Amino acid sequence: MPKLTLKDLQKKREEVKKSVILREGGDYKAKVTVHMGTCGIAAGARKIMDSLLAEVEKFDARDVLVTTSGCAGLCSREPMATVELVGKAPVKYVDLDAEKMKKIFEEHVQGGNIVTEYALAYGSEKTSY
Amino acid sequence: MASYRLNIMICAGTGCVSNRAFQIREAFDKEIRKNSLEKEVLTVMTGCNGFCAAGPIVIVQPEGIFYQKLTVKDIPFLVEEHFLKGRPVKKFMYTPPKETEPIPKMNDISFFQKQVLIALRNKGIIDPEAIDDYIARDGYAALSKILSKMKPQDVIAEIKKSGLRGRGGGGFPTGLKWELARKAEGEQKYVICNADEGDPGAFMDRSIVEADPHTILEGMTIGAYAIGASKGFVYVRSEYPLAVERMHNAIAQSKEYGLLGDNILESGFNFDVDVIQGAGVFVCGEETSMIASIEGKIGEPKPRPPYPVEKGLWGSPTNINNVETWANVPAIILRGSDWFSKIGTKTSKGTKVFSVAGKIKDAGLVEVPMGLTLGEIIYDVAGGIHSDKKFKAVLIGGPSGGCLPADCLGLPVDYESLTKAGAMMGSGGLVVADEDNCMVEMARYFLNFTKDESCGKCTPCREGNAAMLDILTRITQGEGTMEDLDLLEDLAHAIKDTALCGLGNTAPNPVLTTLRYFRDEYIAHIKDKKCPAHECRQLNTYTIDEERCVSEGHGCDVCRRNCAYDAIMGEKGKAHRINQDKCAKCGVCYEVCKFAAVKVD
Repeated sequence: MPKLTLKDLQKKREEVKKSVILREGGDYKAKVTVHMGTCGIAAGARKIMDSLLAEVEKFDARDVLVTTSGCAGLCSREPMATVELVGKAPVKYVDLDAEKMKKIFEEHVQGGNIVTEYALAYGSEKTSY
Repeated sequence: MASYRLNIMICAGTGCVSNRAFQIREAFDKEIRKNSLEKEVLTVMTGCNGFCAAGPIVIVQPEGIFYQKLTVKDIPFLVEEHFLKGRPVKKFMYTPPKETEPIPKMNDISFFQKQVLIALRNKGIIDPEAIDDYIARDGYAALSKILSKMKPQDVIAEIKKSGLRGRGGGGFPTGLKWELARKAEGEQKYVICNADEGDPGAFMDRSIVEADPHTILEGMTIGAYAIGASKGFVYVRSEYPLAVERMHNAIAQSKEYGLLGDNILESGFNFDVDVIQGAGVFVCGEETSMIASIEGKIGEPKPRPPYPVEKGLWGSPTNINNVETWANVPAIILRGSDWFSKIGTKTSKGTKVFSVAGKIKDAGLVEVPMGLTLGEIIYDVAGGIHSDKKFKAVLIGGPSGGCLPADCLGLPVDYESLTKAGAMMGSGGLVVADEDNCMVEMARYFLNFTKDESCGKCTPCREGNAAMLDILTRITQGEGTMEDLDLLEDLAHAIKDTALCGLGNTAPNPVLTTLRYFRDEYIAHIKDKKCPAHECRQLNTYTIDEERCVSEGHGCDVCRRNCAYDAIMGEKGKAHRINQDKCAKCGVCYEVCKFAAVKVD
């Protein structure tokens, strides 16, 4: 590759910066949890995850934390996902499919508006390790 | 670039690698593929995490979940539970001694809480073999800054203002050294990175090179710009193959990016670095010996002055700094001397990396602000003494340092306080001794090391250390006299004052400090012919508590069968007894008796 100039190096840094954000414990604007217990996986949670990650990539939304959790207890309404914007109460979405997840990502995670037609409830059960 | 949701940071420091970190990575990758998570989960090999006692270590980011002591067979369960189903697995987490609930997150573990990372700022976050990871963490931004905005004199002024002092042992102000090298006359100038770490129990420099080789290269390039050098060498010992490999790799990457070589970042500044592999000779950590070794000569010291900054490598001005010193430089340039000088004490600024080893619970690598006390490092950071035994001493500064007793646990760690106590900062090795360690034996052990490593060029070091070792050996065998103590002291001072180089000047330190703080142990060896810690076995007497042998052990006969000298009489079911005339004092009976019936005195 050609030798870098000062500008190239700065550009390079902008490009690669996002790849280590995940490791730095940095600031996130939102956390999306896909419930991936056995029931969730059987109901198609993998497709939800794929759709979600595709969205993250599409919008280059590296400040969105994508995580998984176990069964949320409401197995009949799987696949489920929880969206938590920083400083706001988490919102649980139920009976999802890939298209619905896409809409939730674009409207709620990116836009900040809750997609009420798919939402189950605000808030979350208490969790601790 | 795929957007991963999890980054699995696998420690690939030498400690974890020897605990099969590479195999663990393979297992992770295999399970991740099996669960079709390869587009979601990324595994990254990182430099030393520092908590070596808990290795192999894996950190799951972004949550920061800390997993320890993993084996290959744990991986399928871990991948399915945590990475797929999102349930962090408690049984692989760290549980502090005396507690029952594990601590899931790395930053909540006490080992990490008091640490302040400057030299090790990228440990565990970047892949040391990926220059892009380093760049992403503001790597080479300090170099950009000096090449575009700062004159060499400004760089020197900034380093001087920061108060940075050499981390290799002496504590010489780095900025001043650079200034001397800049002012020295000579067309060709050199910079050298001293990575020839050889103290028993020390592994700071190795870990920094393994975790973040680019920070050293960036620091060296900045230093070279400041003093006007165009060529640099990293002198690293061959016993550190991983460090050698990663440094070579880093240099190749930097050259490809044009961050080393001609016309760096189009600034017109040229600088190139080579790796020199040392043969593992302790004296080559001394700067004049190192220069001789790079020149292809025998690694022996020369009298100073002239100092290397005036007349060094091939007669040219040469600036040598230690690995950790170089690693601090980019951070200081980027964040400013004001930020740096706020950390630490009045005379010792910044942080210091220590490798904590010996009879300690959480052995490993820590970086703490200067001024933290020895007790805080040993108890709060490194978890205290192994098996909850009693602390006896800490040897700070390796074979050149001193043994400090419990009274010194409140001593703040800075250059002056340690020197006053008879020890020295050294490069940062802390070896902890408990009640089972004999201080005379400890002094003998380290003196034996320096005697072996003495190059033999000057008489005080060659003959003097051998004479001291002879006396110490006699004392540990119960053949010492009280006059020996005076002689030891005389010899020690003579060697300190007259030896040619730092190796000889500091070799008597362990003897002097143990004489100062643990004189009673020497006297016990000489007058009572006893070793209070029972470590000098020749002075021990082993006996069997016959009553206990029968009541507790039912005359189990294990000691008799293990005695290689047929010194134990008795038969199964009956009391046993040691024939003192035949006993070779090997201590095997004491070790094998499960009923504490064998007594040692």
